[in-house]
Amino acid sequence: MNLVRLIPCLDIKDGRVVKGTNFVGLRDAGDPVELAAHYEAQGADEIVFLDITASSDQRLPVVELARQVAEVLFIPFTVGGGIREVEQVRAALLAGADKVSLNTAAVQRPELITEAAGVFGAQCVVVAIDAKRQGDHWEVTTHGGRTFTGLDAVEWAQEAVARGAGEILLTSMDGDGTRQGYDLELTRAVAGAVSVPVIASGGAGIAGHLVDAVQKGKADAVLVAGILHDGLTTVQFLKQEMQALGLSVR
Amino acid sequence: MSKRVTVVDYGIGNLLSVCRALTHEGGDVTLSGDPEVIRQADHLVVPGVGAFGQCTLELASRHLREPVLEFIQTGRPTLGICVGMQMMFDIGEEFGEHQGLGVFPGRVVAIDPRKADGGRRKIPHIGWNRLQVPNGRVWEGTMLAPVQPGESVYFVHSFSARCERPEDVLATVDYEDYEVVAAVGRDNVMGTQFHPEKSGDVGLRIVRQFLSL
Repeated sequence: MNLVRLIPCLDIKDGRVVKGTNFVGLRDAGDPVELAAHYEAQGADEIVFLDITASSDQRLPVVELARQVAEVLFIPFTVGGGIREVEQVRAALLAGADKVSLNTAAVQRPELITEAAGVFGAQCVVVAIDAKRQGDHWEVTTHGGRTFTGLDAVEWAQEAVARGAGEILLTSMDGDGTRQGYDLELTRAVAGAVSVPVIASGGAGIAGHLVDAVQKGKADAVLVAGILHDGLTTVQFLKQEMQALGLSVR
Repeated sequence: MSKRVTVVDYGIGNLLSVCRALTHEGGDVTLSGDPEVIRQADHLVVPGVGAFGQCTLELASRHLREPVLEFIQTGRPTLGICVGMQMMFDIGEEFGEHQGLGVFPGRVVAIDPRKADGGRRKIPHIGWNRLQVPNGRVWEGTMLAPVQPGESVYFVHSFSARCERPEDVLATVDYEDYEVVAAVGRDNVMGTQFHPEKSGDVGLRIVRQFLSL
């Protein structure tokens, strides 16, 4: 069997890790390279870096970040934030990233997924979906949650996979930063609808939430941010707890 | 004196992390597609990213197939990683049949997406998985000597080797009831389906041990 992955996520703005609630109210949480190395030492299975710095520049900050991170990490890492073209995917991978995360640009131009997967393989293309609950379904949002797209999150996940996404990084906007647990219904709806691994994100507060995301939500991996950055817990402790609660972890 | 390691550069993917892991563990690393630099190495690493056919084609078109095979014949330690390991086999079935280097008898086949219970096995196999020792195999004296069975390493692949000689299999992992050949070894030639350069501390131990062989 595959082991459940625990993935710290670092949201980065102007070179610093930041953390907010429901995508707003950002506060500083440290240096991304230092934090990532720290999490690897604690037993993190992968790291995700999402740069939320507004940029109209062709040269993406995530590419430079990937270069720095690649110098210190010996576990896989994903970078995302502002990637709009295959050439930018190439730049990120050549800088040392193992995968890229596509979000807004993939919604605007789904062919980007196909192009990136066609050139570099599905295994390095993660499609990130920020979903907001709307009654009995979930709507895809972009631009860091500011734009509502009218797309259904489950249908969009299926299309992304059909186009070549190797993984879905699924964030519940409602859960983000609340520490009240992942949106298990959303996670289960998407995980049951696609053939690739789903990473649950948004709402982790305690180890039990991580276990629920896997056992009830059928997620393959769990993303954790705020509770780590704020020092409320450690990767090591969370994994021990997950193990004690019946999950197989590294 | 540190070992001279040549990482074979044949124009595929990003070899940065492989080089960095070797350097981290004390290797004097050169990334090169020059047959002469391959010849002069103490240790050779054949990486591989992407599809089997593409990799063998690139290796051949750069006239590196023979230098790699000659290096192996000298008895010096050679390590194939991921598709680099797969290329050591006779045949690869990814996007049609392609001839490999034929160091290990066997084929590289698609991981079966159907489980025995009718369920679906997710492809590619991505993530961490626990190394197991095949019956009758010992890791002592191999690159896996410093690893304990049950320790985990990182995989990203959709195809998997099927060895004709069971004794070539050094380690396996169980991917949802499908046996993945995780490492092979015979005399001075070895391969890992997983990525030691992405497998944290366990991976670095394996790299260090390879350099000490």
